[in-house]
Amino acid sequence: MGMTLTEKIIAAHAGLDRVEPGQLVLAGVDLALGNDITSPIAIKQFESAGAGEVFDTGKVALVPDHFTPNKDIKSAEQVKMMRDFSRKFRIENFFDIGEMGIEHVLLPDRGLVVPGDLVIGADSHTCTYGALCAFSSGVGSTDLAAAMMSGEVWLKVPESILFLLEGKPGRWVEGKDIILYIIGDIGVDGALYRSMEYGGSGLPHLTMAWRFTMANMAIEAGAKNGIFPFDAITREYTEKHAKRAFRVFEADGDARYADVKTYDLSTLEPQVAFPHLPENTRPISSVGNIEIDQVVIGSCTNGRIEDLRSAAEVLRGKRVHGNVRMIVIPATQEIYLHALREGLIELFVSAGGVVSTPTCGPCLGGHMGVLAEGERAVATTNRNFVGRMGHPGSEVYLANPAVAAASAVAGRIAGPDEVL
Amino acid sequence: MKIEGRVWKFGDDVDTDVIIPARYLNTSDPAELARHCMEDLDPEFSGKVSAGDIIVAGKNFGCGSSREHAPIAIKGAGVSAVVARSFARIFYRNSFNMGLPIFEAPEAAERVNEGDELMIDMEAGTITNRTTGDVFTVEPVPRFMRELIDAGGLMEYMKGRVKRSR
Ligand code: SF4
Repeated sequence: MGMTLTEKIIAAHAGLDRVEPGQLVLAGVDLALGNDITSPIAIKQFESAGAGEVFDTGKVALVPDHFTPNKDIKSAEQVKMMRDFSRKFRIENFFDIGEMGIEHVLLPDRGLVVPGDLVIGADSHTCTYGALCAFSSGVGSTDLAAAMMSGEVWLKVPESILFLLEGKPGRWVEGKDIILYIIGDIGVDGALYRSMEYGGSGLPHLTMAWRFTMANMAIEAGAKNGIFPFDAITREYTEKHAKRAFRVFEADGDARYADVKTYDLSTLEPQVAFPHLPENTRPISSVGNIEIDQVVIGSCTNGRIEDLRSAAEVLRGKRVHGNVRMIVIPATQEIYLHALREGLIELFVSAGGVVSTPTCGPCLGGHMGVLAEGERAVATTNRNFVGRMGHPGSEVYLANPAVAAASAVAGRIAGPDEVL
Repeated sequence: MKIEGRVWKFGDDVDTDVIIPARYLNTSDPAELARHCMEDLDPEFSGKVSAGDIIVAGKNFGCGSSREHAPIAIKGAGVSAVVARSFARIFYRNSFNMGLPIFEAPEAAERVNEGDELMIDMEAGTITNRTTGDVFTVEPVPRFMRELIDAGGLMEYMKGRVKRSR
């Protein structure tokens, strides 16, 4: 019996010829990641274990991005703990203000994650890097502490579900809509403990940015990871970004999948996930009249330059509705600079929006756009749980950047065609 | 090991943002986190819950973020165990790694009511509802994870491995 992509990468990192779903293995990691929420707990555990050094100073990445630039004294202290730790243990990949970006956009762009890697991160959206044909999965702070010490992580080999994407998506349908549609179909635990592997003839239509968005939201279906096969699009991105050698894995023709699902991308509309679960999706045509107070364009899901371009296309020559606050957050400094050079920042500001320095900020209700009771936001983020962006009585609707921009103009949830 | 306590019942897909809202994540202090445990679902929870109580919930408990603050807040609130139909995967591993006993028991999750008194017998793999007399079985814990528990958690287990390899 053959192996799936995930099984192959895990087997190679566990030093085994083959692995089976359900098997528990200890695997070597190529990168272990932490942020300003999860690292402090890991650092405390690492130090109280009396560990004298990290397993590899080049294979640990610490990125303060959630409450940064520090929103209050407690956050400042958490980041200081990361900074001091990084100096003490000579962590090469600590990204302070000025260099930092949202971790899951920053690390692949910096070439620190490459195809064939096994990456763990104390952040649930670590699954983002599956877009590069790597195995990556979110873990907790204790796992991060143990990995920093030993270079290993325990993993239960997941079963895989194969998602075959066929056809070409229509205008304004992006990676976000495909993944929201899938989550709407299978539910927030539809891939619980499993791997979501992608395939099908539609893949050449999926840009790298879209694949990152889709792998990113694997966790919203409960999955351990999402993973795309390596193709010409992956190669192009990798050759531009990778800082080290990469390895191409392929699923076997006779790999075993727990389930196979097929989707026709040509029939999809832009999707909107209603409160309070990402599975509550509706096509844009049946959203109805929902007035909004805020729009957030950014996050590890949709804060890439392609996302800002998509929003800008809708906003060009238009103004944000008087009742709406539009907050745009480029995910990294580099994306910020790109947007600046392309005139996108000017466009957003002239349209009546605000542009923030890279941060997770409002995505988790941290700062930079927290909602009051009863307020509604359309966000390009990934979670619309109760209280996710602020008051427990506020609401978040998830959408792609073009729909978010159109909604900002209309003052209610709207598709791009309604305002163009 | 036996765990006994009174039940607090929750529904499906209880996410980490309601277990401990992100606005409180600028600290990792268990006592402070415990004060806000489940706050957005039940603002009174941290006041009502007493040491030893057991949370019983539906499917996909702990979905969402990787924050270990979630099991820390639950443990900090005095909860002795969580029983659910199923757990989200990161919450599941975090709980084992930091020693919060959790049990997958679909039948118990369905039939136990708020306020019932439960007795969980880890060795026997059973949950007894003292209020109704029902007995339920729990999904067995894999051997590797029992080793983790025996070693005293993941950090201790890994320390042993690092020593052996040097
Ligand atoms: S942008 Fe949002 S989802 Fe992504 S890492 Fe930050 S808080 Fe998490």
